[in-house]
Amino acid sequence: MKSWDAIVIGGGHNGLVNACYLQRAGLDVLVVEKNGWVGGAATSRELTPGFLYSNCSYVCSLFRPEIMRDLELPRFGLQVISYEGGAVFTRDGDYLANYRDHDAHRREFARFSRRDAEAYDRYARDVTRQCRFIQPLLMRTAPDPTSFRPRDLGELLYLGKKFAGLSAEEMALTLRFWTMSISDFLDEYFETDVIKANFALSGIIGTALGPMSPGTAYVLLHHYMGEVDGSVGAWGYARGGMGAVTKALAASFQASGGTIRTGAEVDHVTIRRGKARGVVLAGGEEIHGKLVVSNADVKRTFLKLVEEKELPDIFLRRVRNFRIRGSSGKVNIALDSLPEFPALPKDSPVYRGDMHFTDSMERMERAYDDWKAARWSADPFLDMVIPTTLDPTMAPSGKHFMSCFVQYAPPKVNGGDWTDADRDGFAESVIAQISDYSPGFRDRIVHMEVRTPREIEAEVGLTEGNIFQGELTFDQLLFNRPVPGYAQYRSPVAGLYMCGSSTHPGGGVMGAPGRNAAAEILSDLAKPTKHMSPAHDVI
Amino acid sequence: MNQQPAIAPSSSRAAAQSHFRTLRPGTPFQPRIDALARTNDWYNWAGYRAPHSLWDEELEYFAIRSQAALFDISPMTKYRVEGPDAEAFLNRVTLRDVTKLRPGRVHYTAWCDDGGFVLDDGTLFRLSPTRFRLCSQERHLPWLLDSAIGLDVAVEEETEAVAGLALQGPTAFAVLRDARFAGVERLRLFDIAEFPHDGDTVIISRTGFTGDLGYELFVPAEHALSLWDRLMLGGELRGIRAIGYTALNRARLEAGLIVANADFTTSGHAVRPNRLRMPDEIGLGFMIDLEKGHFNGRRAIVSARAKKRLRHVLVGLEIEGNIPAEHAMVYYRKSQEVGLVSAAMWSPMAKRNIAIASLARPFGDTIVDDLWVEIYAMRELQYQKLMKRAKVVPRPFIKLDRRTANPPADF
Repeated sequence: MKSWDAIVIGGGHNGLVNACYLQRAGLDVLVVEKNGWVGGAATSRELTPGFLYSNCSYVCSLFRPEIMRDLELPRFGLQVISYEGGAVFTRDGDYLANYRDHDAHRREFARFSRRDAEAYDRYARDVTRQCRFIQPLLMRTAPDPTSFRPRDLGELLYLGKKFAGLSAEEMALTLRFWTMSISDFLDEYFETDVIKANFALSGIIGTALGPMSPGTAYVLLHHYMGEVDGSVGAWGYARGGMGAVTKALAASFQASGGTIRTGAEVDHVTIRRGKARGVVLAGGEEIHGKLVVSNADVKRTFLKLVEEKELPDIFLRRVRNFRIRGSSGKVNIALDSLPEFPALPKDSPVYRGDMHFTDSMERMERAYDDWKAARWSADPFLDMVIPTTLDPTMAPSGKHFMSCFVQYAPPKVNGGDWTDADRDGFAESVIAQISDYSPGFRDRIVHMEVRTPREIEAEVGLTEGNIFQGELTFDQLLFNRPVPGYAQYRSPVAGLYMCGSSTHPGGGVMGAPGRNAAAEILSDLAKPTKHMSPAHDVI
Repeated sequence: MNQQPAIAPSSSRAAAQSHFRTLRPGTPFQPRIDALARTNDWYNWAGYRAPHSLWDEELEYFAIRSQAALFDISPMTKYRVEGPDAEAFLNRVTLRDVTKLRPGRVHYTAWCDDGGFVLDDGTLFRLSPTRFRLCSQERHLPWLLDSAIGLDVAVEEETEAVAGLALQGPTAFAVLRDARFAGVERLRLFDIAEFPHDGDTVIISRTGFTGDLGYELFVPAEHALSLWDRLMLGGELRGIRAIGYTALNRARLEAGLIVANADFTTSGHAVRPNRLRMPDEIGLGFMIDLEKGHFNGRRAIVSARAKKRLRHVLVGLEIEGNIPAEHAMVYYRKSQEVGLVSAAMWSPMAKRNIAIASLARPFGDTIVDDLWVEIYAMRELQYQKLMKRAKVVPRPFIKLDRRTANPPADF
């Protein structure tokens, strides 16, 4: 019976990145995916004729360019179109826009506060300084501070040296950044509520915390470390939807000889004498593999796919306590025409960017209060984009696809599971909010897909629908991600590895966990890693 | 459930929305400048469309040195500082002793963050005992407002409201006199006076960025065009010409003057900690007045001086030959890298190859011999590499008597 060199559970972007690197190192790799399509949370699905939905992740920036190059993703069809800005609509009928042009950005802020307009440079400088410290760590395995192996000591030294290279002021800022709330952090720079709300959204996105919760400042940093083709900090749309990312990865994988099986849900990992030997599919079919890599989140992997008796108690307890709370949902909408926003000039580039309606820190925090009370937010925070304004391939001519990321959505509603009625109520909170700013919006809707944490977990497999496979707070980062002692993509089970966003450096469609895990696996197999580009220089 | 947005007409903010359609707006003088812009050679100066050159950058430079050159300085950031504590406030913010700056006088100054690192340099105009104008390259409103806490002073940004012109060159005085600015001959270097113009007032100071005889004029934006026309008419027989930045940049280098974010990186923008500079490290140590009491960055500056932790020095260099050493590396004994040239040119006035460079002490400070620059001159797609001897020389590189002569000469 055939035994694969490696079986990757889950065809999300990290699983595919991992599989590509392993296959290109000469391994014979099988990807098993429970859905009838690959992509995980980076998919484009035609849910109504003529419309492609980026129905989970919806914008691209953090995906590492080193991986795009190594895996030849442009050759396999990946193209990212950067967009021009965005806006927060204000309740007085105006809006605060973000423009790519530095001076337009300043002039726009000056409409609300001349002081804050001139504070932006210092804010950008400080955020950039922090990014420069963190970014080189994304493509490195986090060192184990309890280990005395030369490599861990070397990596710790590297971290220490980088930290020591910061000025005293920056060190203080780094520690503050990792622990502060985004609200407190923004208070140090800005005084205008809508300007703070504009920046704060990057600090709460995908996180079951409010803007006033400690730890959210780092989440903002995580979202600043991207680029589109060298344009640092830019965000874009993958042409053809986010599925274009995983489609290109799958094509790259298959071109190098890899095998993908869709519709193959893994029931459990077979473990004999403490070592992973393969997987058993839901139908009972057993597939043998010399090693198994899980793209599923750490909870799904170790609480559902592995028998408890195979795992040490403390590891199990930590996995159970890993914070991967459901906090958001998606409403994906097909529109028969471009919605109008009377507040926005018709020629505004904001139509092509991300739009929001939460114009104060208090509104944002109140939305979180609902989550704590186990309800979806009555006045939710939306991150709304219309990618078809830049990408004509996703909808019939003149028609549009709109993606609404919605926060907050609790994993359970008032202690019970989400019902269809709850889901409809959740959708209505979103449609009502958009309609407040865009008269006639309802009449444009052709089709709508509503995804609460229930739907995201059931289809994509993300526990509680958490988009990062675990919150990006400092207690769950670096050598503590996902749990202390197991931050180097290995697990207590020999031959069973992790490569999803539950591992360092986390989510956001970066691909770095999948790549870093491949480097560790190849190192264990004493295989060369010459096909893996080192992290780009930060000079 | 959701808050209904107000249908009410938006505030005055709405009127400013349309700025996104014009990313590089012109200044109040733009109609006149556009009419003269034959090269269409623009650059972005603090968000404004500004000319690199207008018709011929060589001849524009010579307009500064032998005629009168008119340069639009409106994009310069301007702050109005006013109140009973304005003097105390500026004494706290800036390096020099503002109590020594009399009403009707200007001085060149700089200001630092709390770490003693230079935020910017600029000019401070004392328009009255309690009213000042601070002109700078960068924007500092949050810093200024934070520094004003506890003081009775108002700080307002007035960049757009106030248009500015520099009129520089040997015939500058004659142009102003012929344009009937009566009494302008009484202005000595760094003096300010107000003159009536178009039913309003123009403030003229005997200042400039060229090391030449020259004046700067500030006028409410709505009177900008009439001021331009008045000067052009007055200067018709004195060779007045409008110029762009390339020409001005040459003149300022001959005058040995530094430009923020060209010759040093401002602390507001430096993301790499070793790029920060204290005043003593960029030739501005002379401004520091330790007798005047507390000012922003004082403690750090005093400590760095005491512990001898000033790591850099900014110097003027005279380089053998005639090939400009723009952005060349500076070496000690042709081998040890000790610094970088930030601006360089062949000076038509000094007839020398000059440069401004930042060196790592003790080079340029106590060790000034055996310094070399390696010039990479791109000629028809090949680098001609030249190793040339460099001598540390005092700035300015040229000294023109007409700049300070009283009364100013009638050229």
